Amino acid sequence: MPLPTFSGFGLGLRKPHYAEFLETAVPVDFVEVISENFMVAGGRPRHILRQVRERHPVALHGVSLSVGSAHGLDPDYLTRLRALADEIEPLFVSDHLSWSRAPGFNSHDLLPLPYNAEALETVCVNLARAQDALGRQLLMENPSSYMTYPQSDMSEWEFLRTVADRTGCGLLLDVNNIHVSAINHGLDPIAYVAGLPLDRVRQIHLAGHSQGETLLIDTHDQPVAPAVWALFAHVMALVGPVAVMIERDDNIPPLAELLAELDQARAFASRRMAA
Amino acid sequence: MTLGTLQADFRDWLATGSDRAAARFAPDAQAGLLVYQNNHRAALLDCLAESFPNTEKWLGSENFHACAAFHIDTCAPDSWSLDHYAESFPKSLAVQWPDDPAVAELAALELGLAETFVGHDAAPLQVAALGSIDWDRAMLKWVPTARLLPLRTNAPAIWSAHTSAQDIPMPCLMPQVTTVLIWRQAHIACFRTLDSLESEFARRLLDGMRFDALCRELACALGEAEGVRTAGGWLGRWVADGLVDHSVAA
Repeated sequence: MPLPTFSGFGLGLRKPHYAEFLETAVPVDFVEVISENFMVAGGRPRHILRQVRERHPVALHGVSLSVGSAHGLDPDYLTRLRALADEIEPLFVSDHLSWSRAPGFNSHDLLPLPYNAEALETVCVNLARAQDALGRQLLMENPSSYMTYPQSDMSEWEFLRTVADRTGCGLLLDVNNIHVSAINHGLDPIAYVAGLPLDRVRQIHLAGHSQGETLLIDTHDQPVAPAVWALFAHVMALVGPVAVMIERDDNIPPLAELLAELDQARAFASRRMAA
Repeated sequence: MTLGTLQADFRDWLATGSDRAAARFAPDAQAGLLVYQNNHRAALLDCLAESFPNTEKWLGSENFHACAAFHIDTCAPDSWSLDHYAESFPKSLAVQWPDDPAVAELAALELGLAETFVGHDAAPLQVAALGSIDWDRAMLKWVPTARLLPLRTNAPAIWSAHTSAQDIPMPCLMPQVTTVLIWRQAHIACFRTLDSLESEFARRLLDGMRFDALCRELACALGEAEGVRTAGGWLGRWVADGLVDHSVAA
């Protein structure tokens, strides 16, 4: 099954902006929501999502699939995500190349994987199972990371390329995550991008980060940084039709500010593509 | 080291933050480990603060954060949903505040309201449909978000005072256990305290009692006229409050 394609610019739908999305014509081509926030039985969250869906295409972006878990996936999670996806008919369903689930434990952070053959097999088996259960291909997002493992014997981009080849999944390229991980681990972001199967990129995330004590932290609480804009412009010259969006999860500004930032994304994209 | 072992070690680090757990990772990973543990704990703390805003106001930020930290240290999250982590917090507060049961009951009330907010949707019975129901055979089905919460303290009054910026009452034990009815109407989670008679019959209706049986028992208990008047009053309020499902079974 070929990956769907979509070209446009969107925003993450967040609570402070619900009213504007429901009451005004917000100039976006799509919105993205955090899947888990809407994987509930009913009530206002699902009601709002249905209303937003009548106005905009919606991408479902998850944080709890735990595709890298050595102990497999949670069947209840897959059932609920399938029900949500069947109702919303999303543009894309995505999650992260990470793990969060272990026996008797579920972190609510995106924990790093070692990049080796065992983890590769685990991710491919889990991802294939998830795609079967959901009846659709997923997009895998490159994570930001704050540590690496001595057990790794391949690069993150080699790992992602092989996962995409073996499972047929698409990629959600988070440009800020590339920048954060590149700074934290001394990587070349251009080489990272060059190593990816860019024909499989269907969505792009832009976000801000913060400087921690010794590491860059993917906080999503700041505007997109200049270095990330530059990398975004580089990426846009290399990918095909793609859904670009800005993620803001904390220190959320008025919607007008995010729309202005999205206009910057449009300008970077059009300048680079014209060149 | 297998992937499963590595993930178990990581779990131990997040759960304990101990030097022993950290020592299983390479020296150059230590700064990153701290970031992951900070993220892990911050997510749980944010969940508790968002789920129990009036409990936080009642305890004060410092006390609330200490209670949350104790809970995070002693209760690991085990669900894909971060919201589920809130479920065990009222019991943790009962352990931490054994001499002040209003704290745990205030949290239990907030949890009930939060769970009701995202409970199953339903189409409530409309007042206009009341006349077409065969009340001799009707079995009322309550909307799926309806639930009863028994309380020993004046936690509902404390919750209401925090929400409406009124003077906060002193916590106290009530003369007898009271029952709070929680439900959702028009996307808003609601509650009200029931008197002992309504509480008893509400519980039996939730367990499947038929409405004609309720009327007969009320008539026996209160006399024919008062029993009918009370049953009619309850039914009118339940319907007006959106508590009765449209599918009244005959």
